[in-house]
Amino acid sequence: MAEPTTLTDRDGTGTAPALAPAPAPTAARPPTRRRRRPSAIRLVLRVIAVTYVLALVALPVATVVRYTFADGLVPVLEVLTSPDFVAAARLTLVVAGLAVVVNTVFGVGVGILLARYEFPGRRLLNAVIDLPVSISPIVVGVALILVYGTNGWFGPALEQAGFQVIFAVPGMVLATVIVSLPLVVREVVPTLEEAGVEQEQAAQSLGAGGWARLWRITLPTIKWALAYGVVLSLARSLGEFGAVRVVSGSVAGQSQTLTLFVNDAYQEFGPDAQRAAFAAAFVLMLVAVLFIVVITALRPKEKR
Amino acid sequence: MSIVVRGVNRWFGTFPALTDIDLDVPAGGLTALLGPSGGGKSTLLRIIAGLDHPDTGTIEIAGRDATALPPQRRSVGFVFQHYAAFKHLSTRRNVAFGLEIRRRPKDEVRKRVDELLELVHLEQLADRLPSELSGGQRQRMALARALAVQPEVLLLDEPFGALDAQVRKELRDWLRRLHDEVHVTTLFVTHDQEEALEVADTIVVINQGRIEQVGSPAELYDRPANEFVMQFLGPTTRLGGRLVRPHDIEIVEDDRPGALPVTVTRLLRVGYEVRAETRAEDGSTPWVQLTRGQADGLGLTEGQRVWLRPHASAAAVPVSSPALVPSSASGPA
Repeated sequence: MAEPTTLTDRDGTGTAPALAPAPAPTAARPPTRRRRRPSAIRLVLRVIAVTYVLALVALPVATVVRYTFADGLVPVLEVLTSPDFVAAARLTLVVAGLAVVVNTVFGVGVGILLARYEFPGRRLLNAVIDLPVSISPIVVGVALILVYGTNGWFGPALEQAGFQVIFAVPGMVLATVIVSLPLVVREVVPTLEEAGVEQEQAAQSLGAGGWARLWRITLPTIKWALAYGVVLSLARSLGEFGAVRVVSGSVAGQSQTLTLFVNDAYQEFGPDAQRAAFAAAFVLMLVAVLFIVVITALRPKEKR
Repeated sequence: MSIVVRGVNRWFGTFPALTDIDLDVPAGGLTALLGPSGGGKSTLLRIIAGLDHPDTGTIEIAGRDATALPPQRRSVGFVFQHYAAFKHLSTRRNVAFGLEIRRRPKDEVRKRVDELLELVHLEQLADRLPSELSGGQRQRMALARALAVQPEVLLLDEPFGALDAQVRKELRDWLRRLHDEVHVTTLFVTHDQEEALEVADTIVVINQGRIEQVGSPAELYDRPANEFVMQFLGPTTRLGGRLVRPHDIEIVEDDRPGALPVTVTRLLRVGYEVRAETRAEDGSTPWVQLTRGQADGLGLTEGQRVWLRPHASAAAVPVSSPALVPSSASGPA
């Protein structure tokens, strides 16, 4: 028994570090894990998987970091304090923040509606909510212009009322809301369905009215799913490019989010512009990594 | 009367879940709604609690018409089969829930919750989360939670159905004792006739959406209104066109008036009891339940010819449709 186990371990630790960072807990607790023989197939699969991830994710990410800090920290800090960048970062936060607030309220409301009530059109609503993730963001942007633009359905009426949607912040928020619409709902609904309706009924028979049930039972029940949905939604909102590009006009310092800033800077000539693009891209990436960490931390709690 | 149900009908689509239900539940009693699964007893309980609504009819709770009241204003405590524990709250906070909703002063809440936790023997586990409690403990917590708001009536939906046999039996005795202490009008749903016979003051037998019979356990057992009630409350056998209980049959060794001649086909010892399976001349196969002492006293042997007659006090109902009568081979349920 001991002989083959050590063989497996040596083989595992011998090949693993060269390819992947840490697939070797086998050595730590041999009795709890099923012993598997190293095989050629396993080795080939591992090489393919690691190469694939390296080429697609790690390499580009590393390149961004390298280009960003090619001339040291000072030029990067210059970019990060430039008025255009600060304006873009602020606008991104405003747009993403508003979109997340709207999506959270909508997500909880529609989630409860879908999980707790039977009504005509429920299946249709359920299907339509998923549409925004399957439609290209560009199409969302164009559709918004058709509806709210100067020549759109509501555009002229809204403009007369002194309210500009397209090429302004409301349009950008609207576009962001649409592309991240289902993310909260899709997290909330399964959790509500799994929790069942009995806790809420028990609360009701103990005297709790609608609001008391929502605050004391329903929201605590879905809080981890909701947090997860909000983080996903925030990540999607910060990174949105296509739909926002179409409806924003992308005027530097006015209607330019971080993703648009990266795009516009990158398309300009000159090393300064390139560096600005990389610096902003680096910031977006850093935020994304932060979110991945938060999501990983939330995931197991939600499953419990 | 604490709960008065009048003319309640409930359909699920075209399926009649409840048909013309009239029921009076006496104040302070422990009443069982007994019947097979899908018979409508849970639906009736949920309608009384306001968690479901009747298509026609009225519900009165403690003298108030509650038909149009939402559950939170009916003053009922409801205990679910699967506990419905508030998973994110400790035992103490679960029990305190109803009092906190009513914004009672903190001191009063603490005092009352302490009393209740003691009543259900959970004072040591007050700070645990429901996930750290066993099924029986969770159900006791759910009972304390329901009792905390001093409801007019306590409704329990198969309260011990999700527990294993040993715990179920313990909690059953405990519920009986608890009720003797607290005296709240209690209505509980069960499909277990033993549970109903053992715990309840009054049993309401419900089948296919209708009330078959209402009475004390002794009344129902000794004077069942029909075949269904008789069969549901315990094992039965068919003896000369009547349904009787196998322990209500006397075996005699000579022909007497009203006795049916049979041949003993099989003697089966099950623990302390002996089952004698027999065959009559008309082809029917009544079986008799005896103690070992009785069987030994009679010196019964397989193939022996004997006569069967029901005891003078035996409950019996005429058999209307043969399809309803279980064969002797099925034995006690």
